[in-house]
Amino acid sequence: MSASQPLLDVRNVETHYGKIIALRGVDLTVNEGEIVTLIGANGAGKSTLMMTICGSPQASSGSIFYDGEDITRLPTHLIMRKSIAQSPEGRRIFPRMSVLENLIMGAETAGNKDVEESLKKAYDLFPRLKERRNQRGGTLSGGEQQMLAIARALMSKPRLLLLDEPSLGLAPLIVKQIFDAIRDLNRTDGLTVFLVEQNAYHALKLAHRGYVMVNGKITMSGTGKELLARDDVKAAYLEGGGH
Amino acid sequence: MLRFKEPFERRSKGGWPVISGTEKFSHNLPQEKILVFIRGSSKRELSQKRGLATTFFNVQKCTLTTKRWLEPSGGLNNDMEYFLQQLINGVTLGSIYGLIAIGYTMVYGIIGMINFAHGDIFMVGAFISLILIVALGVTASMPLALLILALIAILIVSMALTSVWGWTVERIAYRPLRGSFRLAPLITAIGASIVLQNFVQISQGARNKPLQPLIPGGFTLSDGSGDSGFVVQLSYSQILIIVVTTVLMIGFTTLINKTSLGRAQRSCEQDRKMASLLGINVDRTISLTFVMGASLASVAGLMFLIYYGVIDFYIGFLAGVKAFTAAVLGGIGSLPGAMLGGLLIGLIETFWSGYFSVEYKDVAAFSILAIVLIFMPEGLLGKPEVEKV
Repeated sequence: MSASQPLLDVRNVETHYGKIIALRGVDLTVNEGEIVTLIGANGAGKSTLMMTICGSPQASSGSIFYDGEDITRLPTHLIMRKSIAQSPEGRRIFPRMSVLENLIMGAETAGNKDVEESLKKAYDLFPRLKERRNQRGGTLSGGEQQMLAIARALMSKPRLLLLDEPSLGLAPLIVKQIFDAIRDLNRTDGLTVFLVEQNAYHALKLAHRGYVMVNGKITMSGTGKELLARDDVKAAYLEGGGH
Repeated sequence: MLRFKEPFERRSKGGWPVISGTEKFSHNLPQEKILVFIRGSSKRELSQKRGLATTFFNVQKCTLTTKRWLEPSGGLNNDMEYFLQQLINGVTLGSIYGLIAIGYTMVYGIIGMINFAHGDIFMVGAFISLILIVALGVTASMPLALLILALIAILIVSMALTSVWGWTVERIAYRPLRGSFRLAPLITAIGASIVLQNFVQISQGARNKPLQPLIPGGFTLSDGSGDSGFVVQLSYSQILIIVVTTVLMIGFTTLINKTSLGRAQRSCEQDRKMASLLGINVDRTISLTFVMGASLASVAGLMFLIYYGVIDFYIGFLAGVKAFTAAVLGGIGSLPGAMLGGLLIGLIETFWSGYFSVEYKDVAAFSILAIVLIFMPEGLLGKPEVEKV
């Protein structure tokens, strides 16, 4: 939080899907060591922003800086080799690869030489994955797949972890387990996390700062506590969700 | 001594002379003795057939010996030796189909399109091999060690050059259309196929290109002294084809299952977007898939050339269709499926021509495909996706 320039800096980004506009000039920053969350309703453009950061699709205007470097026009695979990792919406586990292979995929192209050590860390974080390491990814339960998706993203030893809806469709107990893991990674390893969530209550409690997105635009921002306390946030996103 | 089997024409390749048509065979018989195998359901029929053979071969010039056996008329030929010979021929043919089928199945797996130009890439591979063989002056009379060395060199160069063709086709005909509607690359694939065929036809001529047998000889597994009198031969070229195919398939399966290149390839097959999110260069991986498929097809091309000794610009079409059938039969997208499918199509074709009729061998192969697809729409080894989402 002391860094002079933000680790991730999104400036006035617009993204189109064909003729449909999905992001209408988004400004957002994530500083090193922070957990920043982006909340919003279905279809607000949260995942689109996540994917635009990764260059798929590329922003139609505006720019994105990572660690001071303009990555707006880089192809996806080159962005992802810059110590950015994403655990995407829908988890996207390789269904016909074993858990172990899925994990190795996370490390390999990112140039992580110490795969064994990263594997050990991943298994420590989610011991369940060790039990299932030879099972095919497609046969895991939803919670296990989510753990695998996060562990796979961590295999590249990223500085910035992009997490898209890690709580989607999971039982509250598992959600808690996953959020605890994210908090630990942030505290002990100093991992910077950008978290997209519909589960606004948990996300805002976890995050240092938060943004609210409506219809492809950032409408509010502030610390997690501030946002949690605001009546309009409560009304729109926490009604009945504050379990 | 020449050996014939009724009705005095070629039935298979294993050691039988080639005689086509039914015209009388009265001249140019270098041998003095002819052995003819005839069969019939009665002694009378056998003696009639012997008479027929006598006229057919014009026995004034040579001696005719007949081996005959009785069987219910119209029945199947159930000699062990005959079966064995067909089996050997079928496995050889199936190996070639299998090598080509891998290219179809991999490309389908990764970008979900049928690369109709793949058969023609195989043809180009065969032509490149032939040109190299002629240019280097490789013949069967060379010392064995040199011949083997030359063949390996030709194989490597041909694989490299054919890969360039495969890569180019992907670059020009498919990549610009990725993300377009599904049928667009299918149509350019057919276009690429026509371009390749015509290019080779114009640059190499439309005539058959023959090649003297490079690897003559072989093992005689049965010298005809058995009940059936049928000679079973396993030629050196057949051994070469089966061994090379087996080695390549083992190597290739290992490459796909154990190396990082193979993992990248499989990840693109399962989820291209996620693969790119893990830092994999998807375009490069797709190009590599075409390169791998093309290099295997070029091996098949060389094998085909050595086995049949004649190629033309059109061989890619039928071989391509057969290999594609093999890939679908085995379950398109599945590597072991492509190998199994290739083997099956080769065996079905050979056995059908050996026991029923040569004319309908393609009908047999495609009928089996239709039947399998009715009951197993995913093919033999293609797995229906059971995934939790």
